[in-house]
Amino acid sequence: MSGAGRVLSLIAAISYALILAPIVVVVVMAFSADSFILFPPSGFSFRWFQTLVANAPLMKALGLSVQIALVVTLLSLLVGVPAALALEKGEFRGREALRGFFLAPLLLPTLIIGLALLLFFTPLRLTATLPGIALGHMTVTVPFIIRMMSTAFATLPENVEAAAATLGAPPWRVVWRVTLPLAAPGLIACAALSFLLSFDETVISLFVSGPRASTLPVEMVRYVEGRTDPMIAALSVLLIAGTLAIVIVVERLVGVRRAVGQS
Amino acid sequence: MTSARWPLLAIPAALLLAVIYVWPSLDLFRTAFNETGATGAMIEAFSLKVWRDLLADPFTYELTVNSLWLSVTATSIALCVAYPIALFLFRTDTRFRGLLAVMAIMPMLVSGVVRIFGWLTILGDQGMVNSAARWLGLISTPMRLLFNWTGVTIGLAESILPYMILALLAGFGRLDRALEEAARSLGASPLRTFVRVTLPLSLPAIVLAAGLGFVLSMSAYITPKLLGGGRVFVLATEIFEQATTNANWPMASAMALYTLVLMLAFLGLSSVLSRRLAQ
Repeated sequence: MSGAGRVLSLIAAISYALILAPIVVVVVMAFSADSFILFPPSGFSFRWFQTLVANAPLMKALGLSVQIALVVTLLSLLVGVPAALALEKGEFRGREALRGFFLAPLLLPTLIIGLALLLFFTPLRLTATLPGIALGHMTVTVPFIIRMMSTAFATLPENVEAAAATLGAPPWRVVWRVTLPLAAPGLIACAALSFLLSFDETVISLFVSGPRASTLPVEMVRYVEGRTDPMIAALSVLLIAGTLAIVIVVERLVGVRRAVGQS
Repeated sequence: MTSARWPLLAIPAALLLAVIYVWPSLDLFRTAFNETGATGAMIEAFSLKVWRDLLADPFTYELTVNSLWLSVTATSIALCVAYPIALFLFRTDTRFRGLLAVMAIMPMLVSGVVRIFGWLTILGDQGMVNSAARWLGLISTPMRLLFNWTGVTIGLAESILPYMILALLAGFGRLDRALEEAARSLGASPLRTFVRVTLPLSLPAIVLAAGLGFVLSMSAYITPKLLGGGRVFVLATEIFEQATTNANWPMASAMALYTLVLMLAFLGLSSVLSRRLAQ
């Protein structure tokens, strides 16, 4: 008796169909020729992609989301990677407490973080601004980067770094010339996932966005609340393709399960 | 850089999180003890008035029951789908194991709004399920599967699935193949082996995964909002309403803390239970 067995494999296959159904259905829907949600569609066309490109609010929100995700990823790496290095390389009192502090925001639901940020940002006039939304996303991305990169640093082979140090390289030089290049696959995967986290962040964005500035998921929520036509499906196909690209990169570099599965 | 200087590298991140996480959280806690004036403006105070209003309102209990019931049903459904997948991934020796694991986790990386749109297409009046049922001649008028509890429960179960699969996989470490093989060689049927050996051994993992699914369901906002179509009221949707539409911040904060306490209680319960079962 090895492997999964026929009965279990069959049940698992049905379960897989349930998991993937919404994504598959959206892709088919995107090419619908109908004006409303009818499945299976009565005909196929590219009309909803044309409608999507002509939709100014959604296109503007897409631009803003990309901009915010880039800024958030860059800034989060700048503060997160050094913190992960401190946790893995340094030996100091309170290190585990510091780790707990850094990871704590991942345990709080984004519904509550979003509310807290709304209360905090409104008097500062930071709601519905690019800096406000970006800072809001960083409550998620910074802890995520610290968690992922400290695992990446902890699993590096120690002997190479030790050799560099023995040969007289000062610690900052060991980090710059040995540790970071060795951790490069992890760093790239981490940057890609943090871009995705910021780009897809919905609940925090709903709290701190406004008419002046709203991200793509917020505009999508507003659109779906108002009416249901296949245009969001066309947009979804683009988002699914982008996600798939990032998933493939992360899987090649470090493995998706390892990257998202440590909680 | 001597080893004493390493902690300095953590200072920017610590300061940033102190400003954008710790301070706003404390602010939320403090706001729950302010008062809301007759005009709706917030009054600086230190009172329990909002809490009295919250706990005296029958609507709070309705929302609590709704949230608890939704979370329990969504978690139970998700568990029934997640368990076979996790057990399959744990046992399979196919060379596609890596790909299959990624397929199980990928939905959690796809935007929630995208997956909700998928459910609108599947469950709508002219969606996949209703079209299939009509084609088979099972129904003449469409079943109402959307903008009610049915739709929200299904969508929510799907959204927490990947998290539960990961939690189950992490907990399956204790499953020992040798014990199952011993039961089989002693003549137990596959079903009996599953019920008497596999299931009891994986119970701690199930309880932990259920705790996680429950917490994620309690705080889910987008799914109840969009698949509920304004007809499904839970604590999460009410917190958002109070905070944005009503701009009643003290009430929103008190309700958020109330929900957080409920979640922590259940999470604590599941981890205690899991540890008991693991012994």
